[in-house]
Amino acid sequence: MRTEPIADGSGTPIPVARTWHWGRWLAAAVALAVAGWLAYLVVVNPRLDWGKVAEYLFNERILSGVWVTIEISVLATALGLVLGVLVAVMRLAHNPVLSGLASFYIWFFRGTPVLVQLIFWYNLAFLFPELVLKIPFTMIGLKWDTNQVMTGFTSAMLGLGLNLAAYFAETVRAGIQAVDRGQTEAAYALGMTPAKRMRVIVLPQALRIIIPPTGNEFISMLKTTSLVYVVAGHDLMTNASQIYKANNRIMELLIVASVWYMLMTAVATFLQGRLERRFGSDAVRLVRGGGAAARILPKVAG
Amino acid sequence: MNAGVNAGVNAGVNAGVNAGVNAEVGAVDGGPAPVVVASGVRMGYGGVQVLNGVDFTVASGEVSCVIGPSGSGKSTFLRCLNGLEPVLGGSLRVLGEEVGHTLRDGRYHPWTPKEFAAFRRNIGMVFQRFNLFAHQSALENVACGPVHVLGTPQDRARTLAMEHLDRVGLADHAHKRPHQLSGGQQQRVAIARALAMNPALMLFDEPTSALDPELVDEVLEVMKGLAAEGMTMVVVTHEIAFAREVGDRLTFFADGVVVERGRPRELLTAPEHERTRAFLSSVLGSQEGSSTK
Repeated sequence: MRTEPIADGSGTPIPVARTWHWGRWLAAAVALAVAGWLAYLVVVNPRLDWGKVAEYLFNERILSGVWVTIEISVLATALGLVLGVLVAVMRLAHNPVLSGLASFYIWFFRGTPVLVQLIFWYNLAFLFPELVLKIPFTMIGLKWDTNQVMTGFTSAMLGLGLNLAAYFAETVRAGIQAVDRGQTEAAYALGMTPAKRMRVIVLPQALRIIIPPTGNEFISMLKTTSLVYVVAGHDLMTNASQIYKANNRIMELLIVASVWYMLMTAVATFLQGRLERRFGSDAVRLVRGGGAAARILPKVAG
Repeated sequence: MNAGVNAGVNAGVNAGVNAGVNAEVGAVDGGPAPVVVASGVRMGYGGVQVLNGVDFTVASGEVSCVIGPSGSGKSTFLRCLNGLEPVLGGSLRVLGEEVGHTLRDGRYHPWTPKEFAAFRRNIGMVFQRFNLFAHQSALENVACGPVHVLGTPQDRARTLAMEHLDRVGLADHAHKRPHQLSGGQQQRVAIARALAMNPALMLFDEPTSALDPELVDEVLEVMKGLAAEGMTMVVVTHEIAFAREVGDRLTFFADGVVVERGRPRELLTAPEHERTRAFLSSVLGSQEGSSTK
C-alpha cells in the first residue's frame, strides 16, 4: 500500500490518507473474543486439575508410551514403504496375475477399516493357533505359538504397516508413472532389461518425487497409532487410557497425551520440511515433462 | 540369441569397420556384410499404418541420413532398428540378426526382454529430447551403461566415461546434473553415453531439433568427428547441410515408404520425384541463409 506523498502538478507533495479497514478490525475482535472465551472456559474450569496434567506429563508410563508410539510409527511406516514399493511395482507389471493381485491387495486394505485389521491381527490365534514355517513335505522348520507372536506391539505394527502399504502403493505408482517415458527408452537403448531399468533408473527418480508425501504418511501414522489402544499395544494412548481408567482423570490425561502427540508431530513436521527442501526441487524437475501422470501426481500424493 | 551368433556378428562388424571405412556405398557383394537390411518393413498401431513397406540398407562405416516431412515414419523406422518399436511385417536385419526374433528349429522365436537388451548393447541411440538420466551427473550418465549393463568395475567405468566426456568437450562439466547443462551440452553427454557402450551402430533421432539454433553446431561437430572415424550412423535429421556434407547416403521418407535414395549431392540437386522436390524446396527455402554452404 502506498504511503509516500504524491506530488501534484506544481511539485507540492500531497500526503496519502490512511485507510481504516473497520470490517477487518471488527471481524478480528469478534473471532478473538470467541476463541478467548472458549480457552478461558477450559483453562479456568474448576473441574480440570492442571496440577494433575503437570504431574502426569512426565509420568514414567506416559514416557514409555511415547517411546512405543515412536517405535510403532517408525517400524510400521518402514514396513509400509517397503511393501508399498513392492505392491506398486507388481501393480504395474505386465503379468495380469501379479497386477491383479496387487489391485486386490490395495482394494482389500483400503476397503476395510484399520481398526478391524488391528483387531484381526491381534486375534489371529483364533484362525491359526500355531504359526509354522517349514519346508513342505518335511518335518524341518520352525513353529511358534500365535498368541506369543501376535502381541499388541506386533499386531499393531503389522496392521498399520500393511494398511499403509496399500495407500503408499498408489503414491509410488503415481511416482513411477510420473517419471518421463524418455528415461525408460534411454535405459532400454543402453541395453537394460525392464527389471534393471526399474531398479537403476526409474525407482530412484520416482522415490525422489514421492519423498515429500512420505513425510505426510509418517506424521499421519504418529496419530493413527492411537488406535493401537484397542489391542493394548502399550503405546501412548493405551497407557494414558489405563491411567485414566484407574483414577478417572480422563480430561487431564487426554491433554497429556495430546501435548505429546503435538510435540511429536511438530518434530516430524520440522524434519519433513528439511526433507522437502532437500528433495522438493528435485521432484519438480523430475516431473516436468512427465505428461499426464505428472498432473495426476499431486492429487494422489497430496 | 546364442553366444555364437552374437560373437559372429560382432566379429563381422568390427572387421568391416576396420577393413573398409569408406567402402563403396552399396558395394555389398564381396564387401563387408551390411549393418542394416530392411525389406518391406511394415509397422502401425491403433489401425494407423505408419510404415508401408520400407526398403533400406546401411553398409558398414556408412553415414546414412534420413529426411522427410513430420509423420512420414522416419523416426518410427529408426526406433524399429533397435527394437524400441515392433516390426509387424517384412524383414528387418540389423547387425546380422532379424530384429525381435531368433531362427531356431525352423521357426522364429520372439525375443525375451533379456535378448532385446543384449541386442541393444551394440546399438547406440541419441534422442531428440536427450533423455539423460535426471538423477545422475554427466559422468554417472556416461558410466551407467558400462557399470550396469556390461558389468565394468565402477572406477574403470568412470575413467573411461571421463575419456568419452573429454572427447565431446565436456570434461569440465562431468559432475554437473543434466538440468545444469545447456541443451547442446546435454546432447553431447547423450552421445558420450551411447559411445561408452562401444556400439557397432549409432542411431540419431533428430538430435538437433530440440536445440536453440546457436547450440546446433556444437552437436553437429561431434557427429562429424564420429563420422570421420568411420562410425556406422543412421541420422534422422532436418539439417540438410549436414546431410550434404557428412552423409554417404540420403533417404527421403514420405507416407511410410522410402520415396527416394541416393548420394546426398545428387539427391539434393536433382531429385527424381515430385514429392522430394516439393519437400526440399520448402525445407531449403527456410534454411537457405543460415545453414547451406
